[in-house]
Amino acid sequence: MHSATFVLLASVFLASSVEMVEALTIVVAVGVTRGWRSALEGVAAALATLVALVVAIGPALVHYVPLSGLRIAVGGLLLVFGMQWLRKAVLRAVGLKAKHDEDAIFSEHVAELAAQQRPSTGRDSAAFAVAFKGVFLEGLEVVVIVLTLGVADHRLGLAAAAAGAAVVVVAIVGAIVSRQLAGVPENAMKMAVGLMLVSFGTFWSGEGVGVHWPGSELALPVLVAVYGVVAWVTVSVVGRERRAGVEVA
Amino acid sequence: MSSVSPVSAFRRYVVAFGRFWWEFLIGDTPELLVGAVLAVVVVALFAHHGVARAVTVASLPVLVIAMLGASVRRAQRAAARTQRDAAATPPNPT
Repeated sequence: MHSATFVLLASVFLASSVEMVEALTIVVAVGVTRGWRSALEGVAAALATLVALVVAIGPALVHYVPLSGLRIAVGGLLLVFGMQWLRKAVLRAVGLKAKHDEDAIFSEHVAELAAQQRPSTGRDSAAFAVAFKGVFLEGLEVVVIVLTLGVADHRLGLAAAAAGAAVVVVAIVGAIVSRQLAGVPENAMKMAVGLMLVSFGTFWSGEGVGVHWPGSELALPVLVAVYGVVAWVTVSVVGRERRAGVEVA
Repeated sequence: MSSVSPVSAFRRYVVAFGRFWWEFLIGDTPELLVGAVLAVVVVALFAHHGVARAVTVASLPVLVIAMLGASVRRAQRAAARTQRDAAATPPNPT
């Protein structure tokens, strides 16, 4: 498989998996507290809305926006998005930001939903709304990643398929273990996604403004490796400073 | 009957919509957005003004690494400030 295609598939699959693990926590909290029917209806409605967004926006971008302009915009957006993911992952790795605690989020949602009154018949609108919002908001980030990566590389179908595969895998694993997935190494996955998004962002915004990367798309895995080393060094240095109680000027 | 006019309801909706996207895309790291835009502009200038290819190619990753480092330092400083303020606050007598 082409290295750029592999990086694209891995980025979308990992990003989608991380976001879906977070969404699954909310859906399981809704399901066990208020019943599964309204929770699953909320999930289905959110997924349909997310798919509709990709179908409505993706092909229009591909057909009507010139590729160089698209790559500058998409590359810039990926740079910002990727740096945010990477920064958060670095801060969590060194303890400057609290790690995403699925157990705590689960308990919080269960307590909140259990306190609300349940309708005796028909759809439980609170359960539907919480499940919809959880899946939609987590999925929106995936939609942005699928659209940006897919459109800039003219592989929208492949990017969407990778996101869909992640949704299916997380749903199956969640159904088998029938609980939220607290044991998933979310921060490591977020670090990997951040590295890939920043690399794609650098590559495409560079191409968009006229940079000729040595080795063309082979530059992508090199960028991933360079940023990976930088992230590792940053985590080591900041972590050591924190343990030693060094004051930052 | 509701006393909210359609115009103010629309304005509120637009503000909420804008705030959602601002939080979603920028949040508490506006320096990353500004830095990314500046980095791309600098590299575009290099690419179109005959700067050596090696410099043009290296400049974008270098600028990205510098921005990321500065943003992590900013977070580190903010955390240290919060810690200092918490230590300086006298304990509540109740």
